Amino acid sequence: MSANKETLAKTLGIVLAVCLVCAVIVSGSAVGLRPLQEHNAAVDKQSNILEAAGLLEVANGDIAGTYATYIEEKFVDLATGEYVEKESGYDMYKAARDHAQSIKPEPDTAGILRRPNVASVYIVKDDAGAISRLILPIHGSGLWNVMYGLLALDTDFNTVEQLVYYDQKETPGLGGEVQNPKWKALWPGKKLFENGKLAIEVKKNAGTDDPYAVDALSGATLTSKGVQNTLEYWLSAEGYGPFLTNLKRG
Amino acid sequence: MADSKEIKKVLLGPIWDNNPIALQILGVCSALAVTTKLETALVMSLALTAVTAFSNLFISIIRNAIPSSVRIIVQMTIIASLVIVVDQVLKAYSYEISKQLSVFVGLIITNCIVMGRAEAYAMKSPPLMSFLDGIGNGLGYSVVLIIVGIVKELFGFGSLLGFEILPLVQNGGWYQANGLLILPFSSFFLIGGLIWAIRTFKKDQIEPKG
Repeated sequence: MSANKETLAKTLGIVLAVCLVCAVIVSGSAVGLRPLQEHNAAVDKQSNILEAAGLLEVANGDIAGTYATYIEEKFVDLATGEYVEKESGYDMYKAARDHAQSIKPEPDTAGILRRPNVASVYIVKDDAGAISRLILPIHGSGLWNVMYGLLALDTDFNTVEQLVYYDQKETPGLGGEVQNPKWKALWPGKKLFENGKLAIEVKKNAGTDDPYAVDALSGATLTSKGVQNTLEYWLSAEGYGPFLTNLKRG
Repeated sequence: MADSKEIKKVLLGPIWDNNPIALQILGVCSALAVTTKLETALVMSLALTAVTAFSNLFISIIRNAIPSSVRIIVQMTIIASLVIVVDQVLKAYSYEISKQLSVFVGLIITNCIVMGRAEAYAMKSPPLMSFLDGIGNGLGYSVVLIIVGIVKELFGFGSLLGFEILPLVQNGGWYQANGLLILPFSSFFLIGGLIWAIRTFKKDQIEPKG
């Protein structure tokens, strides 16, 4: 324990040296590992979309290749329901945070605070190149936090093919069961609209043969309500309503 | 100084005799949060052991150069850097788990075990012993996390590492999962029970009544 290491100059010197070394290590690892991390995030997103497309088994590990073959990303101006051009890499959830590219939902039934003006939609094609499914990203508040999902529709744009929640923070075992395969299996074949009006309902004791009702999660009333609110908002005139109307018109 | 008996004491002592969670009651917050599934508990244990070992090593190497007036800040800088590196590595090589662990890897910075060992041991001991002390304390933390993780996943989800052990009622089996064990605070009961069990066998850990 030498006394002279306590001088101001020495103290500053040591602190600066430690900071410099640590900064080099941290930035080195951040920059060096970024390509791998971005690759992981992209694969994760693509595998969620393939799950909604019902192609995860087909992909059999080759996520990127299958995605490139069968999925096409398009951008939709939600106000008009028309396709618009966007540079690839556009992120609707990032755009929602930018006030120039989003609006405040009125009323905000889904609890999302801001809605992007332009949404990404994913068109699923079969081997012949014809459209087989349409995937709409949806999100809305559950009990604890915002739940992010993908709603896959049949080509009549009314029949649900799949509802996949890929990011949620609901109570595990209760609301977290939105990700349970058994609950997800209730969705395929359900109809969204009846005579042009939204009819789908998440409710208690719904019969499996009722095309407009899905059995709510037991013990998770607020999460089930969140799912209902999310669907109501995103299928309304402020959500994908105009887009779906355009598609049905042909 | 670094004879084999000393090494054994430093490396294995923290597992039962001087467990950082059970005796020193350090690092309990992360032990509550990440033990819902065994897999996250394992990864968290590895991450914490690596951080404690290497922060002890680096701090011990420069221990004679660190001015005591700023020693805590210097320790924090080193620990924080290591935690960021671990977080980046997890995001690159184990994306799914890093999503589940979310903020808890970052919170290793505030884990009292890392800071406590740096201040209490690494500042006074040579690098090799400090490194082993870090691994030992990481193991002590890991043992508790793994035990709690096994109990919580087995009885809360009926599975271990994602493999079904007790078939759940939801999936057509007979086992009704215990919802309490899925919630973070149930670890309080488990860790409390563990401390009780350890102190029943190791009476010297019982604090004197006073």
